[in-house]
Amino acid sequence: MKWFTAWRRRPWAGYAVVLVALATIGVVYAGFSPRTAQATDSSASADDLAHGKQLFNQNCASCHGPNAEGTRDAKGNAIAPSLIGVGAAAVNFQVSTGRMPAMNPGAEMPRKTPVPVFNPDTIQVQYPPNATEEQKKALRQAAVDKNLNDIQAYVESLGNGPSVPSADQVAPANDKVGLGGTLFRTNCAQCHNFAGQGGALTYGKYAPPLLQSTPTQIYEAMITGPEAMPVFNDTTITPEQKRAIIAYIVQTRSEANPGGNGLGRIGPVAEGLAGWLVGIGLLVLAAMWITAKKPKKLKKQHD
Amino acid sequence: MSTAELPKAVDGPLTFIDDRLGSTTFMKRNLKKVFPDHWSFMLGEIALYSFIILLLTGTFLTLWFKPSMTDVIYHGSYVKLDGVKMSEAYQSTLNITFDVRGGLLMRQIHHWAAILFMAAIMAHMLRVFFTGAYRKPRELNWLIGLGLFTLGLLEGLFGYSLPDDALSGAGLRITAGVIQSIPLVGSYIMFFLFGGEYPGQDIIPRFFTLHILLIPGIILALVTAHMMIMWHQKHTAMPSKDQAETHVVGYPFYPVFMAKTGAYFLFTFGVISLLATFAQINPIWMFGPYDPAAISAGSQPDFYMGFLEGSLRMMPNWETNLWGYTIPWNVLIPALVPLGLVMTGAGLFPFVERWVTGDQRYHHVNDRPRNAPTRTAIGMTGVVFYGVLWLAGGNDIIAYKFDVSLYATTWFFRVAIFAGPILAFIITKRICLGLQRSDAATMAHGYESGTIKMMPNGEFIEVHKEPEEEQKAVILSKEEPKPSLPARDENGIPAPATKGLLGHVRARLNRAWHIDNITVEEGHGHEAEGADRELSKGH
Ligand code: HEC
Ligand code: HEC
Ligand code: HEM
Repeated sequence: MKWFTAWRRRPWAGYAVVLVALATIGVVYAGFSPRTAQATDSSASADDLAHGKQLFNQNCASCHGPNAEGTRDAKGNAIAPSLIGVGAAAVNFQVSTGRMPAMNPGAEMPRKTPVPVFNPDTIQVQYPPNATEEQKKALRQAAVDKNLNDIQAYVESLGNGPSVPSADQVAPANDKVGLGGTLFRTNCAQCHNFAGQGGALTYGKYAPPLLQSTPTQIYEAMITGPEAMPVFNDTTITPEQKRAIIAYIVQTRSEANPGGNGLGRIGPVAEGLAGWLVGIGLLVLAAMWITAKKPKKLKKQHD
Repeated sequence: MSTAELPKAVDGPLTFIDDRLGSTTFMKRNLKKVFPDHWSFMLGEIALYSFIILLLTGTFLTLWFKPSMTDVIYHGSYVKLDGVKMSEAYQSTLNITFDVRGGLLMRQIHHWAAILFMAAIMAHMLRVFFTGAYRKPRELNWLIGLGLFTLGLLEGLFGYSLPDDALSGAGLRITAGVIQSIPLVGSYIMFFLFGGEYPGQDIIPRFFTLHILLIPGIILALVTAHMMIMWHQKHTAMPSKDQAETHVVGYPFYPVFMAKTGAYFLFTFGVISLLATFAQINPIWMFGPYDPAAISAGSQPDFYMGFLEGSLRMMPNWETNLWGYTIPWNVLIPALVPLGLVMTGAGLFPFVERWVTGDQRYHHVNDRPRNAPTRTAIGMTGVVFYGVLWLAGGNDIIAYKFDVSLYATTWFFRVAIFAGPILAFIITKRICLGLQRSDAATMAHGYESGTIKMMPNGEFIEVHKEPEEEQKAVILSKEEPKPSLPARDENGIPAPATKGLLGHVRARLNRAWHIDNITVEEGHGHEAEGADRELSKGH
């Protein structure tokens, strides 16, 4: 725990502790309030299912078909795949990362800001009079949670698939980060790069950077295997190992670069570029300056 | 130097040394050595100074680096690798990085210096090539330079492999594959080098010896030879008013050039330190230890090996089976052909040029690149060839950062590797000729002064001014080609140099070398354009 002692002495450590304490109080308070308790309830009522279907029809049916059976164009090529049996985790991953509803299907569905009904920052909610900013935010979050839960429940009701992991399941296993790193390098780095910066795949596809994914989304990506990414089920990578990987990703992206600027953490290409542009560039300027300086006293001499 | 005022304590020993070594006359002679002044002459110096910095920082690193492939379990201060199995070499590099005071800085200085060393050698070589400074009597130094470049590549490759991290392991794997692809003897050489199956236990200790002893030793010897020859032959000089083939114009080594070059050492050291302090390089703790099962996106070698990586990446997957042996063209061609082409071409060039142009004279004044359009165009052909290979080595990064398909980049490079050099040749040659034409125009009716004059009749003209002496001298440094030998003299006897197939080829090449020459001569007031037509048809 050497790093912890060192960290504690940093000037901002005090503020950080206060912030964490405030946040914890907020979470506990929210946990006791009845509204969110309802939203996290996983057993869906008929009302919820109906609400889920309604959301689906409004946002998704245009591509995935009215019964989520998938759609095809005139030539018989799939426009959007069937969602029967993909499970709640896939829906949660796709919708919470903003990938779905898709905008213009291309080689790759990019991560983007979720549409308002699934976005805690932009969703429209009726606030009670005199609600504070804090309360408004909690209300918006609750509304989004409910929408997500309902649409997940609806897709789940069409056929079972992997369910959304609980907070415990995705908690980073910080004591196993070494193992997580090893697993990440053997299973993920070939697509996502050693530091999770992303990389190119074939046919115009790419593996995105993992800089914004929440632990839940990382877990879901592993169990659902979106697009070109393989599925890592519990036999290939155990749930415990998944938490180790999550710890590795989360720690790596917040880790400082001890050697200065990380140059995008993409490896030797950026280093070569910096060597030529900055290194040789500066030295050529220096050479021009030095050779342009004429000594005052010495006249030009002939050998 | 006046020793008259020196105190006895200093004067005594100095006289002692001088009486025995005769160093005063030696010093007197050499301290006056003249060095011409042009920024591009300092490029080689960057390489020299980076090499000195490499020697110093490398020695520091050897104090802590353990060249051993023995497996250990890490429990050091970098928590993210706690409990991970790795080689001792990797562990000791982690220790240098995180536990040795100043260790990370030293590693980074060493690596940035390596990058600048290679980049400077390349830039220096280009300068020498494009100004024709490799011409007689300097061919030997040109060859030594090529040797230094090759050794630098190897030295870098070996150094890059030492920390035994995931990226250097990938590099080693490719090296092993390339060696194995050599027909017949490949597997034996690989077994010999690696001491058995890849990766084995021996490769890092062996590379270590090569990296810190053998190759730096040879480099040092060659650098010394390079410098001594240069000292003896003196620098070439850029054309100028006072410059002539018979003497060098510049500043004496002491004190002017010494001060300048001393300052330049400090500049080089400063820039390398700047990079090493503010830009992270080779973060091996992020790559993780070498693990045959792991590979990262964006696995690349250092830039100077990039062209080999690129040629591997763009090569189609061809193999032939001959009498039970597989000949892996897909590895063999990209590993040997580009390097072979560039190095053989560069090595032979001075001799081929001499043969083609029939120019056996000494040259101490450089050509301006525009005045040797064929050479400049050939040089650009090489640069573009190398550049395309180099870019292809980073095709995944290009695809990712510029959002294009990876396959598209591969196909683009496959076309560009053939089309690019040809285009480069044509375009460069046109640019050179265009510049010559503008020189000819300047000589014929002065340069455009930018001053507009109104004539009494109301007409506006731009005043053309006679160029300054200096500018004139530079422009007139262009040598007009001698008319090539007529294939037969007036009696119908073929000239001896054009006889036979070889002579025929030579005569052809000679004509191609000088084709479309544009005469630049002191103003006769005639239209430059017309003059050049005449001349190129004239023979
Ligand atoms: C513009 C058309 C479009 C819309 C609208 C759309 N999708 Fe999709 N969806 C696609 C396409 C195309 C794919 C397949 C590409 C992929 O896997 O990313 C897909 C894939 C999915 C997948 C992954 C399937 C799998 O096999 O893992 C899920 C889950 C999904 N969509 C859910 C939804 C939900 C929920 C909505 C509504 C909120 C929605 N989609 C709206 C086009 C659309
Ligand atoms: C074959 C290449 C490949 C491998 C291996 C792979 N991924 Fe992915 N990954 C992808 C692609 C492609 C996407 C984008 C999917 C999409 O856009 O629908 C992705 C998306 C993700 C995302 C979502 C990123 C976001 O936008 O929030 C996470 C998280 C993720 N991967 C984690 C992992 C982890 C952890 C592993 C290793 C256990 C892994 N991936 C292995 C290709 C890969
Ligand atoms: C032209 C000269 C040289 C070049 C191009 C070169 C290049 C390199 C490179 C690229 C590395 C990898 C560095 C890294 O970890 O990021 C390296 C490592 C190393 N070099 Fe050199 N080097 C040169 C000369 C030397 C010399 C002269 C010595 C010793 C006297 C030396 C000792 C070492 C050691 C011990 C390492 C491994 C330690 C480490 O990686 O941190 N090098 N070298």
